[in-house]
Amino acid sequence: MISLVGAVVFVLLAPVIGGIVAGIDRKVTAHMQGRVGPSIFQPFYDVGKLFEKEGAVVNDTQHFYVLSYFVFAIFAGALFFAGGNLLLVVFALTLAEVFLVLGAYAANSPYSHIGAERELIQIMAYEPMLLLAAVGMYVVTRSFNVSDIAGFPGYLVILLPGVFFGFIYILTIKLRKSPFDISTSHHAHQEIVKGVMTEFSGPNLGFIEVAHWYEMVFLLGFVFLFFAVNWIVALIAIIIVYLLELAIDNTNARVKWQLAVKSSWAVALILGAGNIAIIYLLGRV
Amino acid sequence: MAYLKKSPWLIHYDASSCNGCDIEILACLTPMYDVERFGILNTGNPKHADIFVVTGSVNEENKYVVKNIYDQMPEPKVVVAIGICATSGGIFRECYNVAGGIDTTIPVDVYVPGCAARPESIIDGIVTALGILEEKRAAMTSGVPREQPMIAPKEPAGGA
Repeated sequence: MISLVGAVVFVLLAPVIGGIVAGIDRKVTAHMQGRVGPSIFQPFYDVGKLFEKEGAVVNDTQHFYVLSYFVFAIFAGALFFAGGNLLLVVFALTLAEVFLVLGAYAANSPYSHIGAERELIQIMAYEPMLLLAAVGMYVVTRSFNVSDIAGFPGYLVILLPGVFFGFIYILTIKLRKSPFDISTSHHAHQEIVKGVMTEFSGPNLGFIEVAHWYEMVFLLGFVFLFFAVNWIVALIAIIIVYLLELAIDNTNARVKWQLAVKSSWAVALILGAGNIAIIYLLGRV
Repeated sequence: MAYLKKSPWLIHYDASSCNGCDIEILACLTPMYDVERFGILNTGNPKHADIFVVTGSVNEENKYVVKNIYDQMPEPKVVVAIGICATSGGIFRECYNVAGGIDTTIPVDVYVPGCAARPESIIDGIVTALGILEEKRAAMTSGVPREQPMIAPKEPAGGA
């Protein structure tokens, strides 16, 4: 059951919510560091500024890649909020990321190339767990459709605690938070200049930032699914999860990419696959 | 609209500073002064930067680097010279390897003298630069060229 209303609401509201969440992120981070921090509307000022800047690109194909990243990030989120197929959502999101990587490779800059390689490593690290999260929900609800999963009578998190924890683990990678901000990071952090973002500037960077807000809202929507039976509990869960991510971000140093891959695969295998195996075996008895 | 003034990202380059001014610039980012209140971010990427903050006098080796960073920054952009060395060459002005202040290499919009420049005066300089940044943006959108600061000629050692 696809509801166009959900998709339209997502397309219109996600940048607003995503921007404010990013602003709260910066405010809370600043407070955690004993600073006052910028206004919570700062991400909007940043993006507004980026669209005021000169659109300088190294390679004209970057425009195409950035636009594709933007469109597919919106597509993935819109399909999710329309209640579409969760697997297709995950694949569309991966395709969006691949366009970002291609855009970084399009410029002949060593920093951008290292960033792109690291972004690929990150995709490799989080993809198994993201798929297992979708599979886990399928094993419990017998449907890949987000509308059916959201309509499941019961807390998915009770049946899928391992999958939920694994998802939180890779959420750190997806939100570009320490200790897994190896390809690029937010705030004033620097890593290999700016990693995958190095060669994007002006309006292109603005589009990437807005696409990231869309992605962020989609990922928090994914957290919502685990608690979908009661939306008040789900909202509280989202807030706790996000604050937890901020606490992790501010208390951890960046790790090497080897540890990022190994640990997220271990989490996917033990917590994700283990949880699903138990559910599957219990279901057969 | 004036988003530019609310979100200035700056790149800091140490031309040949003694690190005195650099430490004061970094002090601006600490909880004591916290320039992120004004949306100021210290970026390491010239392509994301709006304000080029240079410390120290430019020498003959790195003037190409300074020029390169400046050229990589997308318009509109401003240059702030921090410290007396960046402003005029300071006590190193007459050294054989020193080209002089930053304005011998790239056009400078704001001069913040001092040895070392205080965080308060650095913040004041950046805020002044924001006004110039906004003027440049207005000039860029209206198409009316704004008067650019001149690149100063290098004076021979020991004065003219």
